[in-house]
Amino acid sequence: MSALAAAPLAQSGGPVIPNFGRGDDCIRNNGKFCLHWFLDNFQQRYLPRVGEHLKMTAIAIVIGFVIAFGAALIAHRHRRFELPFANVASLFYTIPSIAFFQIMVPITGIGWTSIEIALVSYTLLILFRNILTGLREVPGEVKEAAEGMGLTRRQILLRVELPLAVPAIIAGLRVATVTTISLATIAAFITPLGLGAPIFNAIQSGANTEFVGASLLAIALALLADVLIVLTQRVVSPWTRARRQSA
Amino acid sequence: MTLRSDAAEIVFEHVTKRYGGSDRPAVDDLSLTIPAGEICVLIGPSGGGKTTAMKLVNRLITLTDGDITIEGTSVMKMDPVELRRGIGYVIQQIGLFPHMTIEANVATVPKLVGWDKARTRERARELLDLVGLDPEEYAKRYPAQLSGGQRQRVGLARAMAADPPLMLMDEPFGAIDPITRERLQNDFLRLHREVRKTVIFVTHDIDEAIKMGDRICILRQGGKLAQYDTPEAILANPADEFVADFVGADRGLKRLGLRTLGEVDVLASSPSTNGDRRPEAGPDMSLRDALSLMLTEGSTELEVRGDDGGVRGYLTLEAVSRMLGEGRDEARR
Repeated sequence: MSALAAAPLAQSGGPVIPNFGRGDDCIRNNGKFCLHWFLDNFQQRYLPRVGEHLKMTAIAIVIGFVIAFGAALIAHRHRRFELPFANVASLFYTIPSIAFFQIMVPITGIGWTSIEIALVSYTLLILFRNILTGLREVPGEVKEAAEGMGLTRRQILLRVELPLAVPAIIAGLRVATVTTISLATIAAFITPLGLGAPIFNAIQSGANTEFVGASLLAIALALLADVLIVLTQRVVSPWTRARRQSA
Repeated sequence: MTLRSDAAEIVFEHVTKRYGGSDRPAVDDLSLTIPAGEICVLIGPSGGGKTTAMKLVNRLITLTDGDITIEGTSVMKMDPVELRRGIGYVIQQIGLFPHMTIEANVATVPKLVGWDKARTRERARELLDLVGLDPEEYAKRYPAQLSGGQRQRVGLARAMAADPPLMLMDEPFGAIDPITRERLQNDFLRLHREVRKTVIFVTHDIDEAIKMGDRICILRQGGKLAQYDTPEAILANPADEFVADFVGADRGLKRLGLRTLGEVDVLASSPSTNGDRRPEAGPDMSLRDALSLMLTEGSTELEVRGDDGGVRGYLTLEAVSRMLGEGRDEARR
């Protein structure tokens, strides 16, 4: 009854409730996931967020890798540095992520710097451990043969240890990248950047499709990144797939 | 200085190695001369310092006292990296680079010393061929795709790649099954006859030492030299109880294993008249196997064939036993 009564009013005086466009049944009933709405809004609402998300992740991984790589090289040469480096990285890793982003705000403000400092910190432990393990696991006899043939320490590092550590390093990059893509959604807690923005938005408004859509995109990004890294590894170290054939 | 020649004479002069903190030396006042082009086997019980002595040569271990010279130049006066590039190095665990193809593995040292690509590639293929691996089939494979024996062949090719005058081999065939080991030993001996290099060969297997060595250097506990001589002389006249024990109670038989029927004098006619059960043997059979054959066949003599397959003469049990005696007398003089 009341709906019938309201209809003429709406027609005469314009909508009281903002018009969300031609919303179909699904979106009007706040369905779990309305593909139509998602596709219609992809370019405008999601694409820029995907771009931000990728940028956030890429910066964090690159900076995190440079720091972890340097630290691992030092710890590889001088064992005494391993524990301090690992402890610092572990400490960062234990800080709850929402708290970490929040802690940075008074120090470096609301924006990219705060986000990246937190994201980079989380990559360090995994990258440092994997790079160091990769370097350490080069068989002793391989290093002995290299030294015995007259390779310098630098040549042993560049031509033998690092190439052999590549699978372990890339395994670390995989975990770090996937973790960072996931963690980067929380960056929107301090400022609406990346795929976290629609997620936080939807948590407030209760819009299921916005929430699920953004989450699915984050998952898709993580899977895609994972696949790309695995493919890179196969190209970069073909020897890992060479197994003995029945000769 | 870089080592470049066909083969080099190596001299140990009162070489001593004491590891930090230990007052008992690992190698104790070792002096010996290895003539150019010979295979010198270092052997001894564990703790005898044989691997240490070998690694002093390419300075993977630094000597404490004394000197080692290669063609008259002290290794201590050379840059260790340059020195090592001039010395072939083969180890038991092989240590091939798993991330490099077989060809790239073999090309390691030529690449380090700056050979051009074409020459390096040609040399790598030539060496694979030399060690019995078809380059067409194996050059582009990775070490994981080869068997243990094939890998050690690659290890050998890699060590010889830049044509070093000296090779150090640390139990190179120790981790390989007996049949493949024997084949590799034979192939290496054949190879060594073609490319005379000075070789220092570490083993703990006395049979391998007798087979491979032009000379054998026996070290005892504490890195002291027990005896340094040809296999023949060591088997005939062990310097002391320790050496006699070390070479084994069957040293007479081992000595017989060093000579073949083709090398010994034989009787022109059979001494026995009832030689109905007389085994025959070709010129390549060792005296040891010939003795075994006579004992197995219950015969006191053997018909020795020549290269052409015709009868060259006859060998008796007594003659074999006399040869053992003769050797000893000779060496005692």
